[in-house]
Amino acid sequence: MVTPAHYIALAVILFVIGSVGVLVRRNAIVVFMCVELMLNAVNLAFVGFARLHGNLDGQVIAFFVMVIAAAEVVVGLAILTAIFRARRSASVDEANLLKY
Amino acid sequence: MTGSVAVAHAAHAAPAMAPMAAAGVQRAAWLLLAFPLAGAVVLLLGGKRTDKFGHLIGVAMPVAAFCYGLIAFFAMLSYPASQRSRDLYLFTWIPVAGFHVDIGLLLDPLSMCFVLLITGVGSLIHIYAVGYMAGDPGRRRFFGYMNLFVAAMLLLVLADNYLGLYAGWEGVGLASYLLIGFWQFKPAAATAAKKAFIANRVGDAGLSLAIMLMFATFGTVTFVGVFSKSGAASHGVMTALGLLLLLGACGKSAQLPLQSWLLDAMEGPTPVSALIHAATMVTAGVYLIVRSNPIFNLSGDARLAVTVVGAATLLFGAIIGCAKDDIKKALAGSTMSQIGYMTLAAGLGPAGYAFAIAHLLAHGFFKAGLFLGAGSVKHEMDDEVDMRRFGALRVVMPVTFVTFVIGYLAIIGVPPFSGFFTKDPIIEAAFAKGGTSGAILGTAALLGAGITAFYMTRVVLMTFTGERRWDDAVHPHEVPPVMTSPMVVLAVGSAGAGAFLILGNRLVNFLAPVVGTPPPSKGLFTPVSIGALALVVVGAAIAWAIYGRREVPAVAPAGRFATVAARKDLYGDAINESVLMRPGQWLTRLSVYFDNRGVDGLVNTLAATMGGTSGRLRRLQTGFVRSYALSMLVGAVLLVGALLLVRI
Repeated sequence: MVTPAHYIALAVILFVIGSVGVLVRRNAIVVFMCVELMLNAVNLAFVGFARLHGNLDGQVIAFFVMVIAAAEVVVGLAILTAIFRARRSASVDEANLLKY
Repeated sequence: MTGSVAVAHAAHAAPAMAPMAAAGVQRAAWLLLAFPLAGAVVLLLGGKRTDKFGHLIGVAMPVAAFCYGLIAFFAMLSYPASQRSRDLYLFTWIPVAGFHVDIGLLLDPLSMCFVLLITGVGSLIHIYAVGYMAGDPGRRRFFGYMNLFVAAMLLLVLADNYLGLYAGWEGVGLASYLLIGFWQFKPAAATAAKKAFIANRVGDAGLSLAIMLMFATFGTVTFVGVFSKSGAASHGVMTALGLLLLLGACGKSAQLPLQSWLLDAMEGPTPVSALIHAATMVTAGVYLIVRSNPIFNLSGDARLAVTVVGAATLLFGAIIGCAKDDIKKALAGSTMSQIGYMTLAAGLGPAGYAFAIAHLLAHGFFKAGLFLGAGSVKHEMDDEVDMRRFGALRVVMPVTFVTFVIGYLAIIGVPPFSGFFTKDPIIEAAFAKGGTSGAILGTAALLGAGITAFYMTRVVLMTFTGERRWDDAVHPHEVPPVMTSPMVVLAVGSAGAGAFLILGNRLVNFLAPVVGTPPPSKGLFTPVSIGALALVVVGAAIAWAIYGRREVPAVAPAGRFATVAARKDLYGDAINESVLMRPGQWLTRLSVYFDNRGVDGLVNTLAATMGGTSGRLRRLQTGFVRSYALSMLVGAVLLVGALLLVRI
């Protein structure tokens, strides 16, 4: 039987994979993809809880999250493009000028 | 039966008497303060605009005060003896419920004596100063300070409570500081002024403690209040008051142990030395003791301390005066010694108060005259004061010589001049005290008379007789009349004041309502007075043998131990330095050390800690996005964990 617990567990696993990816990967595009992965994991969790409670609140929130994710990707990729044009590199490690 | 004999020869204390309100012309007694104060204000605030006529205002004010003083004095004489104490209320200074202080003037025989002395001798010295300071660009400022001094001194002697007296006391201390350091560009003068002020401050601490004790014990500081309630106070309080007042008097009158400033104070202009450090300010201590006679009458221990201080200073000053080559310093040693006589007399109780005042008044005349003479000599010898450069000045300065000699005869106590009449009763009263203390004090006073004769004869011989020892560059001649006339007047006073005051018990009877009566005098030529005369002759003869017959060396010879000690002021400065100054310096250095290492160290450590911590913390700003992301993750995990903990 597939219980809501399975959905939550899957969401957690996806979230962890996404956060590890953000922390470990050097390519900015991959970091964005991992962020998307985290957001989608959270979406899954919300929908699972909506199903659990029997109302649609979770699904509405999932809609919001998707919209925000889309907007965030637009802005993030625009910034990344600008950085790439200036530095010819998409590595997050290279943009480290704001330090002590 | 000794009882009746003792009663017949006893001294009587003054009867307790409340003063009446001032009436008639004495109601304008505030003029005594207003005249010199106005002069000081105009001259000091008017500035350079008043330079041209400043000295005229400066002379006119004390003269005006003297004229009023005479009027008030004769008004007092017209009252019967029991009604001569008059109080004039001026204003309320501190209108606080528990500590009410009114400022008023007390016109009684004692204060009138001082008023006449201060304004009379003061006016003469002001007139002299017009000539003495004629070439000095600061003459107007000088007269401003002198008038300030006269105003403060008059407040001191006229105040009817200890707080007003203290205000005048501080005022004369300030004026003394300003006038000793008048030529501020001379480092020696500035240092001497500081020294005088600091030594006086120690005495002032004693006086202010006495006033505080009076207020704490009696609830009042007026003379009337304190004296009427002092009978009920404990013996310990009375002794403490007496000793504290003595400390105050020591500071102002340059008695042991606060005597070191007087010789240095000769750095000031000579009129200052004459007025402040001879005739008036240094006698304020004696005034304080005599005015507080009800307190001293109640405490034998305090009186004993006063006599001991007086006798010790008497000899101390005389010994110092023997070895000084500076004419002003020799006279300063003499002043210290003569005030020792007055203090000794004041410490003998009712048997001596009137004689202390008599000697004080006579001393005002002859010491001022001697100082003005010394000033004239200094003025003519291009500000030279070393007596080894003088010699044979009587030929070129005859008037100065005659007035100086009259003052000299007065101070050593040759009849019929003043000193004979005023000094001998003091020596007699000292012997009459009886017991070992009386014998020691009397002997000290007798010895002092002999030593006085010695060093004063030395001064006269070295300065005025013998061979001329000055260079051809100096051309002394007699000083102008503006300077000789005050000297002549003072010489007349020196000659006659003693006889006038003592013969017929004039001053004794005049002061009796305030200070009590001494035992009746045993006549002029008693064994004591003849013994004193004999010692005077011996002292003068020794001085003549050393300085009159032989040639005076132009360079001071090395001298034996006693001479060296006397030249160093009997190590007074050395003792002050080792006992007070060096420990004080160590204390300040210790404080500075603690301030630098301790306090500053604390603050600096705090700052260093902040700096170090922030230095460590800023290493968190690595610039790497991934490390920031990690910290965000950690923070989020912690938050969630905290939330879960709370829920569980």
